[in-house]
Amino acid sequence: MDKSMRGKAAIVGAATFGCGEAPGFTDMELLARAARMAVEDAGLTMADIDGLCTASASATMWAMPVIEYLGIRPTYVDGTMIGGSSFIAHLLPAMRALEAGQCSAVLVCYGSAQRSAKFGRREIVASRRFLDPQPYEMPYQPMLPPSAYALAASRHMYEFGTTREQLAHVAVAARAWAAKNPEAFVRDPLSVDDVLSARMISDPLSVRDCCLVTDGGGAYVLVSAERARDMPNKPVYVLGNGTAIYNRQISCMPELTTTAAFTSGQQAYAMAGMGPDQVDVVQLYDAFTINTILFLEDLGFCKKGEGGPFVASGAIAPGGDLPVNTNGGGLSCVHPGMYGIFATIEAVRQLRGDCGERQLGGLETALVHGNGGTLSSQSTAILGLESTL
Amino acid sequence: MNDISAPMGVQEAFDQALKQGRFLVQQCDGCHRHVYFPRELCPHCGHGSLQAVEPCGRGTVHAVTTVRRKPADGGDFNVSLIDLEEGVRMMSRVEGVTPDQVVIGMKVTARVADGIVLFDAVEAQ
Repeated sequence: MDKSMRGKAAIVGAATFGCGEAPGFTDMELLARAARMAVEDAGLTMADIDGLCTASASATMWAMPVIEYLGIRPTYVDGTMIGGSSFIAHLLPAMRALEAGQCSAVLVCYGSAQRSAKFGRREIVASRRFLDPQPYEMPYQPMLPPSAYALAASRHMYEFGTTREQLAHVAVAARAWAAKNPEAFVRDPLSVDDVLSARMISDPLSVRDCCLVTDGGGAYVLVSAERARDMPNKPVYVLGNGTAIYNRQISCMPELTTTAAFTSGQQAYAMAGMGPDQVDVVQLYDAFTINTILFLEDLGFCKKGEGGPFVASGAIAPGGDLPVNTNGGGLSCVHPGMYGIFATIEAVRQLRGDCGERQLGGLETALVHGNGGTLSSQSTAILGLESTL
Repeated sequence: MNDISAPMGVQEAFDQALKQGRFLVQQCDGCHRHVYFPRELCPHCGHGSLQAVEPCGRGTVHAVTTVRRKPADGGDFNVSLIDLEEGVRMMSRVEGVTPDQVVIGMKVTARVADGIVLFDAVEAQ
């Protein structure tokens, strides 16, 4: 891992728009509103943006209509689409482009009206059968993505004695954080019993073990560390980033209880010269409750197999030793198809001190982790304030 | 056996075999490991020559879920990942028992029905 890139770029603007329900908006409109707000937050104008990273769950050539819509002329474009982790995986290549002088301000942006759109989740799932075929899984009609995560959960329960109650604690902790976040889509109280007694989707996962389906847009702006120091916001430096993929399909995952987060995390920690004990707050892609347990283990916050007891101890909930998904996560805050950018934005907001009632004290570092596909792509980033450079 | 150096991709060749009731996996000529799903090259060693071979059909349930479905649409059903004795894993369904009776570690045996591979629980010895 290239340690020389550590801290060479910083996130200097971030914004969300339309999180929750945004009827009457298109994917592009949600993206554009968030993008404009993030650029403004950075103290820049659209004319300053000469790098673009974006991805769409439906449009394969998405960077082109985004460039057209925003009216920008980027000299650096990254349309890498590896699912919800894309917007974290976009970091390191963008840092290299900034370092090489290929561009000077990179906009990373996403928008999806998945909840409200006429062509929404149901239609995308149906069309993916043809556009992204998985001919050796599809005949068995797994409900994807939930069944893939359910299979991994079943194996985790078998190997380590993990329980549905422990999985439920992930959802309960996320909801407790969401209660403190006015932007979170669902803020009602949630108990372990509520999760256990909710409608089953794909055993052992109930509907409360599954993320929300919402609308939403998110964007952030990355510039060189040198330039970041002269900008209005407290820079959030990228200390490390790593991306790893072992498989696309759950049936091809080498081990169902160890994800490629193990590799992406090692890369990110190596680049940052840090370990999990130096991380102050964690934002990770909780598409399903099992994700949080797997990623906490794979990223070294607890031993393999101990994620269940770890989350059940209250460690990740408000007041716990390791705050995780302080916005409420994909489970309770926002999940418009792909969540990675929202995890990143929450980390930036926490480090900048913009989080109101849920703001944590004494933060210097944050870990952001994105997942894509069905436990397929994994990207980890470590962010830090100036004191960590 | 079953040379699949036919003028078609392996997916079509394996699909045709399934339609004839034959379940095939691959074995690499280079590293001799078994491969599933069928590919044009070995994912273990990169070798380009793989033979289609008939697996013994015995397997073990590695992971399990019950997909919930309204009774009107056919009701709940099992989806499992099955480890074959040849060392490959595949998605399938265990039939002949209710979904809640399918458990990890259960011994199963393959059969082909309607062009797909399904598994039945092996009766207790």
